[in-house]
Amino acid sequence: MIEAIDTSLIDWSRAQFALTAMYHWLFVPLTLGLAVIMGTMETVYYRTGNEFWKRTAKFWMKLFGINFAIGVATGLILEFQFGTNWSNYSWFVGDIFGAPLAIEGILAFFMEATFIAVMFFGWEKVSRRFHLASTWLTGLGATISAWWILVANSWMQYPVGMEFNPDTMRNEMVDFMSVAFSPVAVVKFFHTVISSWILGAVFVVGVSCWYLIKKREKEFAKASIKVASAVGLFASIVTAATGDQSAYQVAQVQPMKLASMEALYDGSAHAPLTVVGPVEIPEMLSVLATHSTDGFVPGINDIMKGGYELADGTKALSVDEKIERGKMAIKALADYRQAKKESDTAVMESSLRVLDENMPYFGYGYIKDTSTLVPNVNLMFWSFRVMVGLGMYFIVLFAVLMFLTWKKTCNVDYHNWLLWLGLWSIPLAYIASQAGWIVAEVGRQPWTIQDMLPVDAAISKLETGSVQTTFFIFLIMFTVLLIAEIGIMLKAIKHGPEDK
Amino acid sequence: MSIIGIYRFYADGFKSMTTGRILWLIILLKLFVMFFIIKLFFFPSFLKDKTTEEKQDYVGNELIIRASDSYAK
Repeated sequence: MIEAIDTSLIDWSRAQFALTAMYHWLFVPLTLGLAVIMGTMETVYYRTGNEFWKRTAKFWMKLFGINFAIGVATGLILEFQFGTNWSNYSWFVGDIFGAPLAIEGILAFFMEATFIAVMFFGWEKVSRRFHLASTWLTGLGATISAWWILVANSWMQYPVGMEFNPDTMRNEMVDFMSVAFSPVAVVKFFHTVISSWILGAVFVVGVSCWYLIKKREKEFAKASIKVASAVGLFASIVTAATGDQSAYQVAQVQPMKLASMEALYDGSAHAPLTVVGPVEIPEMLSVLATHSTDGFVPGINDIMKGGYELADGTKALSVDEKIERGKMAIKALADYRQAKKESDTAVMESSLRVLDENMPYFGYGYIKDTSTLVPNVNLMFWSFRVMVGLGMYFIVLFAVLMFLTWKKTCNVDYHNWLLWLGLWSIPLAYIASQAGWIVAEVGRQPWTIQDMLPVDAAISKLETGSVQTTFFIFLIMFTVLLIAEIGIMLKAIKHGPEDK
Repeated sequence: MSIIGIYRFYADGFKSMTTGRILWLIILLKLFVMFFIIKLFFFPSFLKDKTTEEKQDYVGNELIIRASDSYAK
């Protein structure tokens, strides 16, 4: 018996990574969302020359700066964890993961760092045009950062553009464009970044509603709601559209994720979409998953048993068959490495052939309990509904606010309940944003790289106690940062925009 | 803009900061904790003491051993 990895080590390492990623994701969407809103406000200032818009844009830039400063570099801790907790994974992914992250670090981070200085220090020192360009380029820098991170993440969901090298034990990039512009990466980028604009818009709406409740800064607050509700409505509709695309892709490349999102055990053609409880929309799941009302959507049991027809006309393999092929791939890898030591070229060639044929199922060779292939169904089901439900709510909220702020005969501050609703929507936007990540990442489990490397093969052999210690260090550190952010931000909000 | 001009641009900007000074303090403190405490003492690279060949062998062996049925929990 070989000493195996302790399951609690896997759970603590996953918990630590999830904690870090979720805290980091508290800061990122606000940066992306506020960048668009303050850029829009400064554009109005540039076009009209009205100092009111400069003052408005400057206030939201201040809150952007607070959020940026507290959140910056928190994502680097994830990279520490790759090298320490997930060393097999880090080696196995090779340059595929390293290249996007390096581009993100060098290009986008320095772009942000350069233009953010002009944005904050340059109001009276550079031309209005150059300042406006710097504001937009700061946001663009943050967005390009997000692009490369999402490219790396998308590769974990849908690994493409690489070949496994059994000599180096690494995946080597053979097609950069396939990695950088994989359909999953493109849809994930638009869905994630534009949904962040919703969070930014809700934040601006919520803070502005607070000013109106307090009967302060009325003109400023109404103008801010006007811009934020327009950005928010646009973003909510585009997010819904990209979410539809995302669901279609998930059905093709990660059917188990879709089945767990729907708590669908037995699939069918004309599959209905469960809203909640017994409420269903007929044929909607088939439409989402296959773009056809009679398309077959496999459930968890179907994916386990296989035998249903895939989109390319082939039959789906059962999990047992995939495990068998995964074991063949790993045995071929072992044979190849042994033959290489013995300089037996004939065995090396035959082993390589077997490895190549079965490489798409490599990760299944580690699966000893097939129930681990099913993500947490309850968490997936409810996270998905929270995300979608709140997304629909934001469309209505922004539409109502837009109507009330853009129509001259209406006045948003006559509706006190709506102002309170706007204020309390801020935490809802964060909940929706986090729920989205839960769906994306919990739905990928047990894989670190879909079908190629499960968590128990990816993890380093560490002491569980050391991972527990660092988990609590991060918990304390991030909580302190969050309290600092909220405290400094509340102080800035109470102070309000600079005097005219 | 000359180098002196760029220097003055940043120097004047930093001098005129209010909330920014606290934020810079937080950023520097955070980076110190991250790189000089967390990274140094808690997150060494797991494979750092190995040569490239040793890393290939180590990961290769691990990925083969972990698939075996005797690698039970």
